[in-house]
Amino acid sequence: MKQVLDFEKPIVNLKEKIAELKGFTEDSEMDLTEEITTLEKRLEILEDDIYGNLQPWDRVQMARHQERPTTLDYIEEIFTDFIEFHGDRLYGDDAAIVSGIALYQGNPVTVIGHQRGKGTKENIHRNFGMPHPEGYRKALRHMRQAEKFNRPIISFIDTKGAYPGKAAEERGQSEAIAHNLMEMAGLTVPIVCIVIGEGGSGGALGLGVGDHIHMLENSTYSVISPEGAAALLWKDSGLAKKAAETMKITSYDLKKLGVIDQIIDEPKGGAHRDVKLQAENINHVLEKSLKELRVLQSDELLEKRWEKYKQIGEYKEI
Amino acid sequence: MLKDFFGKKKKKYASIPSEQGKLEVPEGLMKKCSGCHKIYYRKEMQKNVNVCPNCDYHQSLTAWERIGSLFDEGTFEEWDKQLTTTNPLEFPGYEEKIEKDRIKTGLNEGVVTGKGSINGQPTAFSVMDASFRMGSMGSVMGEKIARAIENAKDESLPLIIFTASGGARMQEGVLSLMQMTKTSIAIKRFSEAGGLMISVMTHPTTGGVSASFASLGDYNFAEPGALIGFAGRRIIEQTIREKLPDDFQTAEFLLKHGQLDKVVHRHEVKSLLTTLLIMHGKGGETS
Repeated sequence: MKQVLDFEKPIVNLKEKIAELKGFTEDSEMDLTEEITTLEKRLEILEDDIYGNLQPWDRVQMARHQERPTTLDYIEEIFTDFIEFHGDRLYGDDAAIVSGIALYQGNPVTVIGHQRGKGTKENIHRNFGMPHPEGYRKALRHMRQAEKFNRPIISFIDTKGAYPGKAAEERGQSEAIAHNLMEMAGLTVPIVCIVIGEGGSGGALGLGVGDHIHMLENSTYSVISPEGAAALLWKDSGLAKKAAETMKITSYDLKKLGVIDQIIDEPKGGAHRDVKLQAENINHVLEKSLKELRVLQSDELLEKRWEKYKQIGEYKEI
Repeated sequence: MLKDFFGKKKKKYASIPSEQGKLEVPEGLMKKCSGCHKIYYRKEMQKNVNVCPNCDYHQSLTAWERIGSLFDEGTFEEWDKQLTTTNPLEFPGYEEKIEKDRIKTGLNEGVVTGKGSINGQPTAFSVMDASFRMGSMGSVMGEKIARAIENAKDESLPLIIFTASGGARMQEGVLSLMQMTKTSIAIKRFSEAGGLMISVMTHPTTGGVSASFASLGDYNFAEPGALIGFAGRRIIEQTIREKLPDDFQTAEFLLKHGQLDKVVHRHEVKSLLTTLLIMHGKGGETS
C-alpha cells in the first residue's frame, strides 16, 4: 500500500474522483471527457500548489517516506559492478551501513552509506539505518582503502542518528564518530557527501565530512530530530512541526546557512515518485563535483576541505 | 539529552524533610556536596579544588577555578575573549539566555581558551565551563576551540582540553553540529604537525562534544565519576526498554570498556599533566 502523507490528501482525493469519472465514462453511455479534462487541469494546479509550497514539516515527512529510495537503490542506478564488503575487523558487521567499491563512469570509486530498510523485517535487520560503532569503523576501514588506491569516496547520508543503545555506548559510539570526523578530514582523495533522506546529527556526520556536501531537495539535516528538539526545548514533543521550522533543517535552510554546496532537485511529489529521474539528478551533480575535485592536488584538496568547514558558524566580537 | 543530567530521580518513598534539612544555607559562605549532601565552608571546599573532603565527589569547577588550580600564577594569556553569538537561526529567546549566563558567569561563552604554564611547562588550553549554557557547543565555542588548536599548532605548543558539556547547542541547530567537524579537522591538522593533545573529560561530557574533540586526544583522561557518553541515559532506556546499571556512562564504566586511558583524581591531574608535558617536551630540559 502506498503511503499517503497528510498534505497530499487533497491530491489523492482529486485523483480518485478523476478515476471514478473515467470508469463511469467507460461503463456508461455518458461522455464526461470535458469534466475529466477540467479536473485534470485542476489536479495539475493543485499538485503544483502543494508540492511547490512544501513546509519544513512536510519535507520531514517526505524525507521519512516509507518508499523513499535508499542508498542501495541509488547505488543500483548510478554505479555499475558494486561489490559490498563487510565488517570492521574489530567486532562485527553493521548492516545499518553499506560499504564497498563500484565503477562510476568506468572509474573505480568507494561508496558508503547509511542503509534503512523498507519493510519491518528489513528495517529490523538494518536497525532502521541507525549504526553502531562497528558501522562507522567499517566505513573508515574502506575509506582508508580508498585513499590507498586513490579512489574518490561517495557517501550517502540517510539516518535518524547513531543508535542510542547500551552496546553502542560500551563499544564507544562517541569515539567511533569522532575518529571518522578526524580521519575523513585527512583523506587525500575527493569525498562527496549526499544527504538523501534524514541527516540525523552526529550519526549522519560520522559519514559526512567531505569536499562537497549536497542535499536532495526534500531531505533534512539537523542536530536533533524535530520531536527531540520540541521535547528538549519546550518539553512537548507534539510541537515537532514548530521545531521543524525553528531549527532550520531543510535543504534550503542549509544552503542559506552556508553548510551545503548544492540542492539536488526532486521529481514532483518526491524522490520515490521516480527513482530513475532522481538518480539522474544526483548523477549530474556528482559528475560535476568529481570533475572539479579530481584535478586538485591532495594538499590543495585538504586545505580547501579545512577552509570549507572553518567558515561554518556565525559569531561576532564585542 | 541535556536535561537528563538535571532531571530529578523519582523517589519511590515519601520523604519528610528533617529539621536540619530545612536550615537555610547562606549563599556564598557554605556549600553543599552534590554527592553526600554534607555542608562545608565554601573556602574549605575550594581549598580542596571542590572535591568533597568526606565522599571525594568531584564538584564542578568554573573555567577560571580550573585554570587557577593548574597554571602558574601570572603565566596565562586568554585568547578570543570577545567572541560571542549572533543568534544565527534567530531562535526566539536565545540572546536573552546568553545575556543571562554572561551576567551569571562573567564569561562571553562556555569555554576559556589561551596559553600558560603548568609547573613551568608551557601549553595551550581550552577549558570549558558547564555553568554557561551547560557548556553546550555552538558556533562561538567551535570557533574558539578551533582557533586555540590552530594557535597551538602555529606556536608549537601542546594543547590540553578540559571538557564539560551537554553537547551541541540546540539554539544554533546544524551550525552547532558542524562545529564537531570544524574542531575535529583542526585536531587532525594539529596532530599531523606533531602536536600533543591531551583531553581531560569532566562531568558531564556528552553528545556532540564527546563525539568530537573530547575523544580525540593523544591521551584521553576523565575525572572520577564524570558522566561521559554519546546518547542520553533516558533515551537509551526508552530505546532498549531496560534499566541501565548505575555506573553506566561514568568515567569508570568507560575505562572498563577500553574507552579511556586513565581515570585521574583531580588532586593528581596537575602532576600527571606536568609529567606528560615534560615527557613530550624537547628533551624535557625544563624538568
